[in-house]
Amino acid sequence: MMINILAAFFIFFGLVFFIIGSIGLLRLPDLYSRLHALTKIDNLGLGLLLIGLVLFSADLIIAIKLFLVWFLVLASSAISSHLIAQRARRKERGIWKI
Amino acid sequence: MLSTQLIYGIAGIVLFVLSLRVAFSTELFLRQVLAINVAGAGLFLTLLSVAFKGLEQPADPIPQALVLTGIVVAFSATALALALGKKLAENSPDER
Amino acid sequence: MENLAWYILDAMLIIALIGLAWLTLTNHNLRQAIIFFIAFGLLLALVWFRLAAPDVALAEAAIGAGLSGALFLTSLSQQKQTNKKDDPLKTTSTKFFDSFQNQFLNLLFVILALVFSAAFVFALMEADPDRLSPTVLMNLEQTGVSNPVTGVLLDFRAYDTMLELAVLLSAALGIMALGPVKTHYYPSGDMLSSLSQWLVPILILFSGYILWAGAHSPGGAFQAGALLAAAGVVLNLTGDRQVKLPNYWLLRGLTIGGIAGFLIIGLLLMLSGRAFLDFPSQWSGTLILFIESFATLSISIILLIAFQSGEPQEWEHESKKLALKNTAGKTKIKGKTLC
Repeated sequence: MMINILAAFFIFFGLVFFIIGSIGLLRLPDLYSRLHALTKIDNLGLGLLLIGLVLFSADLIIAIKLFLVWFLVLASSAISSHLIAQRARRKERGIWKI
Repeated sequence: MLSTQLIYGIAGIVLFVLSLRVAFSTELFLRQVLAINVAGAGLFLTLLSVAFKGLEQPADPIPQALVLTGIVVAFSATALALALGKKLAENSPDER
Repeated sequence: MENLAWYILDAMLIIALIGLAWLTLTNHNLRQAIIFFIAFGLLLALVWFRLAAPDVALAEAAIGAGLSGALFLTSLSQQKQTNKKDDPLKTTSTKFFDSFQNQFLNLLFVILALVFSAAFVFALMEADPDRLSPTVLMNLEQTGVSNPVTGVLLDFRAYDTMLELAVLLSAALGIMALGPVKTHYYPSGDMLSSLSQWLVPILILFSGYILWAGAHSPGGAFQAGALLAAAGVVLNLTGDRQVKLPNYWLLRGLTIGGIAGFLIIGLLLMLSGRAFLDFPSQWSGTLILFIESFATLSISIILLIAFQSGEPQEWEHESKKLALKNTAGKTKIKGKTLC
C-alpha cells in the first residue's frame, strides 16, 4: 500500500513536468527556448514516471526494460534537438544550402 | 454491447466522414492522401471497437489481425500513391 | 467510480483524436499538417492499447506514425515549386462554410455520418457479440503459438497474410517501375552519424526479439519488419556512401522471399498429402516461425523501397556516376535521374 502511494507520487510529479514542458512549448517565444522546454519532458518527466512504474510493478526485468526505454528516449531526443537547433541556426545565418 | 465499444465506434465513424469531406474538397494531392490515411484510421478504430470485450475477457483476435494487415497495406498504398503523384507532377507540372 | 475514471480517459482520448485529425486536415501549412499526422498516429497507438490490442499498437506506432510520417515529409520536401506565386502553403483555401455547394456537401456528409452511426448501433445491439472468437481461442493450441493474433494471422487466416504479402510486392513493383531513387542524402555530420551507429544495431536486435516474441506475447512479423525498415531508413538518411544496402540480386530475392516462403511451405505440404498451408500440429510453431522470418525480411525491404520511392541503386554505381560527372566538368550534385 505504501509502495503504491509512493509510486502514485512519482507518477504525479512526472506528469507535472509533462504539463510544464507542454505549456513551455506553447507559450515560449523562440525555437531554442521551446527545445529547452521539451527536454524537461524527456528527462525529468519520463524519468519520474518510469520510477513510479517500476515501484508499481516491482519486477526486475520490467525495471530493466523501462530504464532501457528511458535511455533510448533520452539519447534520441537529445540528438534530434541538436539537429533541429543546428538547422535553425544555419537557416538564420543564411548559410543553409542543404 | 459495451459503452466503450459505442463511443469508440462513433468516434471512428466521425473521423471517417470528416476526412472524406476534406478529401473531396481539397485540391492539393498531399492533403488528399493525408485525408485518406486519416479515414483509414477511423475505419480501423470502428473495427477494433467491435473487437473489444472489456478488460476481463480476451479481445476478439480476428478484427485485430484484419487491422494489422490493413495498416501495412494502407502504408504501401500511400507510398504508391505518393510516387505516382510525384511522377504526374513531373510530367505535367502545370496541373497539380 | 472506476468506470468514471475510464469514461474520463476515453472522453479525453477521443476529443484529442478528433482535434488532432481536424488540425491535420484543415491546416494551411503542409509541414505542420504532417507533423500533426504523426502525433495523431502516436495517440492512435495509445487508443489501440486502451482497446486491448497491443499488437496493433506496436504496428501503428512503427508504421502508421513513424514510417508514414517520414514518407510524407520526404515527399513534401521533393515537391518542386515552379512558381513562387503558386506556393501551396500560402494559397490553399480551407473554408468549408462559404458557398452553397460547400454547405450542401456538409449536410450530405452529416446525413451519411448519421446513417453509418445508426447502422453501427443497430449492428452492435442485434448481432452476435462473440462471432468466431470462442472457436479461435479454443483451437489455439493446435497452432503451436499462444498469441491469438499471431495464430489467426499465420495459421487460421494464412491465405490472407500470403495475399497481403502479394499486395505489398505489387505495390513495391509499382514504385520500382516508376524510376530509380532520385533523392540521395548528403553525408551527415557527427550528430546523425553517432545516432545511427548505436541505433541501427539496437533496431536490428529488437526486430529479431519481437519476431521471436510474437509467438507468446505481442509482436510478430509485421512489427519486426517495420523495425528493420526503420533501421534501413536511418541508414539511408545518414547518406553514408560506405553503407551497403542490399545489392541487386539480394534485394530482389529478399523482396519475393516472403511470399516464396508461403508458397514453398504450402507446396511441400501438398506434396506430402495435406491441403495447401495445412500445418501439422506438432510442427506448426516451427513452420510459423520459418515463414515469419522470411516475411519479416520481405516486409522490411518492401517498406524501405516504399520509403525511398524508387528502385534502389547501389552506392558503387552512384559513386561511379559521380566520378564521371566530376571529370566531365560539372561538380554540382543534383538528384536528377541518370538513366
